[in-house]
Amino acid sequence: MFMRSLLIGVLAAGAFTAAAQESRFGTPATQADIDKRFWSTYPDGAFLPEGQGTAVLGKPLFEEQCALCHGTPAERGPNDVLFGGHGTIGTDQALATIGSYWPYATTVFNYVRKAMPYTAPMSMTNSEYYSITAYLLYANDIIGENDVIDKDSLPKIEMPNAGNFIMAYPEVPMPYRTQE
Amino acid sequence: MTDSKKTLVVDPLDLAAGNGLMNRRLFLNSALVGGATLATGGSAFAQEAIVGEGQEEWTLMPGDDLPEYGDVSRYEKGRVKRFVSEPVGLATAALGARTPLHMLHGTITPSGLHFEVTHHGIPDIDPDRHQLVIHGMVKQPFKWGVEQLENYPTVSRQYFLECSGNTRVNWAEPKPDQNFMYMTHGLVSGSEWTGVPLSTLLDECGVSPDAKWVIAEGGDSGSLARSIPIDKALDDTMVAIYQNGERLRPSQGYPMRILAPGFEGNISVKWVRSLHVTDQPVMSRFETSKYTDKLHDGKSLQFSLEMDVKSVITRPSNAVSLEKKGMYEITGLAWSGRGKVAKVEVSADGGRTWADAVLEPPIQSKMLTRFRIPWMWEGRPSILQSRATDEFGRVQPSRAALMAARGKQAYYHYHAIHSWSVNARGAIRHVYA
Repeated sequence: MFMRSLLIGVLAAGAFTAAAQESRFGTPATQADIDKRFWSTYPDGAFLPEGQGTAVLGKPLFEEQCALCHGTPAERGPNDVLFGGHGTIGTDQALATIGSYWPYATTVFNYVRKAMPYTAPMSMTNSEYYSITAYLLYANDIIGENDVIDKDSLPKIEMPNAGNFIMAYPEVPMPYRTQE
Repeated sequence: MTDSKKTLVVDPLDLAAGNGLMNRRLFLNSALVGGATLATGGSAFAQEAIVGEGQEEWTLMPGDDLPEYGDVSRYEKGRVKRFVSEPVGLATAALGARTPLHMLHGTITPSGLHFEVTHHGIPDIDPDRHQLVIHGMVKQPFKWGVEQLENYPTVSRQYFLECSGNTRVNWAEPKPDQNFMYMTHGLVSGSEWTGVPLSTLLDECGVSPDAKWVIAEGGDSGSLARSIPIDKALDDTMVAIYQNGERLRPSQGYPMRILAPGFEGNISVKWVRSLHVTDQPVMSRFETSKYTDKLHDGKSLQFSLEMDVKSVITRPSNAVSLEKKGMYEITGLAWSGRGKVAKVEVSADGGRTWADAVLEPPIQSKMLTRFRIPWMWEGRPSILQSRATDEFGRVQPSRAALMAARGKQAYYHYHAIHSWSVNARGAIRHVYA
């Protein structure tokens, strides 16, 4: 596999500096083609959109759009618990929430923006999604109530559990494997 | 004919609608029998029974017309089926449909019984309005619809798909789950997948030598995204458009999906519409919050992508009882996300002694392999187990060894030896042994 990757890497490197690429049956994709289908944003802030929000603005949006399924910090809902659970990871009572488990704040914004509310994804503005993200971070004691969340501040937030993830590709490291 | 006095018995399966409307072929059958009675009644042959006396009715009449799309027997329908979980909260879709491995044989799972996990329901995609774009660290971004993909040379390969949540109940449950096998092992299936090698499309775009990951996104209502390592993307990953010879089912990613052989199922993104070539993983919800394995020390494994070597006895299982002493076949499935299954051992005494099972060819890389071994049950309490080894010498661990390495909260990637206990009456239960 390594040799093949190396070979393709060399070929790709050659192609990268050579003349324009050709596709036998594909059509060149425009920026509009890409933008319509590409919703990923990255931990370093790449591809985060314009807009901004705060927890104060996000709280009523969350209560109106999200709380029915996800509950509130005071009361759990039927779907994924988003608050609390701090210090439970690694115990028999592990409760993985945004605050106790998620390693990147950018993931919260990215997922909520493209996938929520469940029955009407992508139905709000970027600033509304930034505000809901801010509320989720505030309610997990990660940011302040009036902290402004946008494409510059969001990637700088340090999540409490960020340091506890171990890269397991291409191999689960010892001692978490049962065999050398 | 003595038959003319026979009491009419209505088989509920013959009912076609309410208030006694019956399947029309029963009428054809009655007419046929009536006609035969008329023809023989009072003739010189009256004392002789027709030759078909005692035959079943389906032998005495022509069968149904040929359907344009075949289906299973009506006697199988509703019996051989997946276990579908209930939607939770306001979710409109069930999370999972589990394959009834204990009811199936061979290694190919019928498409309609292939397991399915969906996080945002099954989209109803018009193939004429669905396109895949490859972009990012490439010389030239391109897009393709399914009809354009059809023009490329395709490959057809048999691969298993397994959700990394398969057998998760065995991690934490204090008592062994006694539901049938769909609850413990029904999130693995095998199919023949046909598609275009992803490397073909990436090569056309001209991938940067600095690229390290390809981020796949689906067109479902969650735009589900996963990060594929570039070496896997250029190796055996395909953009699949057919399953078991026909276009993908909607629930399997119609009209196109990623198929990353041997990797946890979630990374084979269904309904794929964007492939972003980049130098970092996207850290999507499904590779951070979900599909990461919580360890006993508070750490979590992330990107544990290759499915471990694993096996399970599918028959006998807790869905059957042994009726009497005697010879039985023990059979089951084994697989490894790294390559081929090299060996499956079976124990009938709770792991004290093991015997090599016969592996049924073809033994294919990253595909289910069926094993078989005869077993004489002498009426004694027994514990049946199977233990697979792959071509790289990886051995399926005991439950105790896996627990010692990872704890009880890992949730994903449970792959330990599964145990069936048989009691003196032949009843079978799932046990931890």
